[in-house]
Amino acid sequence: MVVSLVNVLVNGAAYGMLLFLMAGGLSVTMGLMGFANLAHGSLAMLGGYVLATLMNHYDVSFLPALLAATIATAFAGAIVERTVFRRLYGGAELDQVLLTIGVVSMTVAAATYVWGTNPTSVKIPAWLDGRLQFGNFDFGVYRLFLLIVGGALTAGLFFGIDRTNFGAKIRAAVDNRRMTVSCGIDVKRLFALAFAIGSALAGLGGGLAVGLVGLDPTFGVKYLVFLLMVVVVGGLGSIRGTLVAAIALGICDVTGKYYVPDAGAFILYAVVVVMLLWRPRGLFGR
Amino acid sequence: MAVLAAEDATRLFVARSRWRWEEIVFWLVAASSYFLFPGHLVLITQALIAGLFSMSLDILLGYAGIASMGHAAFFGLGAYTAGILAKMGYGDPILDLLAAAVLAGGFGALCSLLVARLHGIGMLMVTLGIGLSCYELANRWRDMTGGDDGLQGMVVKPIFGIFAFDFDGHVAFIYSFVVIFILYLFARRLVNSPFGLALLGIRENLRRVPALGIGVRAQLMLAFTIAASIAGVAGALLAESTQFIALEVLGFDRSISVLIMLVLGGIGNLVGGMIGAMVFTVARDELAALDPVYWNFWMGLILCAIVLSGSGGIVGLLRRIERRFGGTAR
Repeated sequence: MVVSLVNVLVNGAAYGMLLFLMAGGLSVTMGLMGFANLAHGSLAMLGGYVLATLMNHYDVSFLPALLAATIATAFAGAIVERTVFRRLYGGAELDQVLLTIGVVSMTVAAATYVWGTNPTSVKIPAWLDGRLQFGNFDFGVYRLFLLIVGGALTAGLFFGIDRTNFGAKIRAAVDNRRMTVSCGIDVKRLFALAFAIGSALAGLGGGLAVGLVGLDPTFGVKYLVFLLMVVVVGGLGSIRGTLVAAIALGICDVTGKYYVPDAGAFILYAVVVVMLLWRPRGLFGR
Repeated sequence: MAVLAAEDATRLFVARSRWRWEEIVFWLVAASSYFLFPGHLVLITQALIAGLFSMSLDILLGYAGIASMGHAAFFGLGAYTAGILAKMGYGDPILDLLAAAVLAGGFGALCSLLVARLHGIGMLMVTLGIGLSCYELANRWRDMTGGDDGLQGMVVKPIFGIFAFDFDGHVAFIYSFVVIFILYLFARRLVNSPFGLALLGIRENLRRVPALGIGVRAQLMLAFTIAASIAGVAGALLAESTQFIALEVLGFDRSISVLIMLVLGGIGNLVGGMIGAMVFTVARDELAALDPVYWNFWMGLILCAIVLSGSGGIVGLLRRIERRFGGTAR
């Protein structure tokens, strides 16, 4: 009983870490520019496909492929932001939602065209495969790896946001955009950078997700809903809130599916709706 | 500020409710398609039903300014209401439509308690959550809904006990056409009434409307209830005319595609949703037959183009052309 509970918690937390990586950038975009970017999941999907293609067709090993996926997604994100998304900053939310849904739809078609409809998988390197024994407990190595990588990145993000000049500017812009602009900070440029970093994180998360949950052209749509829930429950623009919400929803989803399989995702949705009614601005929202 | 005398007000409402040429053309085309395309009645019926569904969303979005990403919840609830009643032996089509309207409307009233408290992204998320929850509930409640196998075994009785649904869809077409036209007239009346103006006021300026003595929340809840109820009727019509319900009546895809239909046709004029649904449904049928992948791509591209150009969809484009060439544009 205790063994299975600990296992479920670890699996849930590892899953939550993935959600956090993919949702972190989305939270900043929505909080900073009020831009509802439903195409964020598609960026994660791109990261996954870059990783899978490099590993399966060019024999690149796991870590360099992951790095390439991160960089490629950062560039893709920056390009889309510069050319299309920035036209709708400050516009109606519905327009943003519709535009990014259009982008999602095109990416689903493009991914199907290039990579086919069949699920893609990658072979996880031997040192990440298998299970580790700790007394009565045993854990999947890949999940522990996810927790470690996620933990390290989280620490890095918090350091970046709390302690660096760039982070201070971002926090200032989320708090009060007009005031920040009048201090002479170029919020649009700041935002383009933040968007690229958020895209990089999404690409990294997508690359890491392939080994855990697989990949197919509808990846961006499937996980979009989770990402939105994480961001909104956490509170727009709050990295801390996104982390808490991602881990909580990850654990909630995995334990729900383990102990009450009949209820499916229903529990998760119900929790989210109740949460939003209790705190419409999210856990750490302002 | 000018004060509207009683007769000015009357003139305003008369002017607002005048039939525009695109409405007349649409309904003439829809009616004559029964004679022009007898081989495609099933498809046209589905397009009309999608049009009713998207018109119901227009009441919310185009008039009250409520964006919903889970409108399929009400469509699906209506469909399952009619389907399950018909399966249990209460297959009178018109009574089932009424039951669907009442149930979907009731659920809509319940949801409006939650939705009317929120704005912007929070509102989008809660409507999304409602839609997803309903899908998951229907998926799990297999005994009642048949889960992802769909609901089979509906026995729909003849309309008024006389006109039985036929395989080629003649009766289904006429029946759906009449019901949808009646609801269109009702919706027209609704949005061109003082209530419709109050909704427009809420959309345009939320803070000023209470100063005019209009209770915002009550109006929004009423609009939501009516829209949900009409969506439920659309769902029930689909169930009755196909005599089968697939789980996707509740799907996220349906919530999104109805938004796309509405934007494609043009928001805020009722007939736009109808036209958008007709174009969308026929185009999907044609293009998806070629290749479903291309369909997704072109749909995405068109959506982006409409949003970025800010053209107001097909009806917006028509009005712009009309204005360019003088005419009787107002």
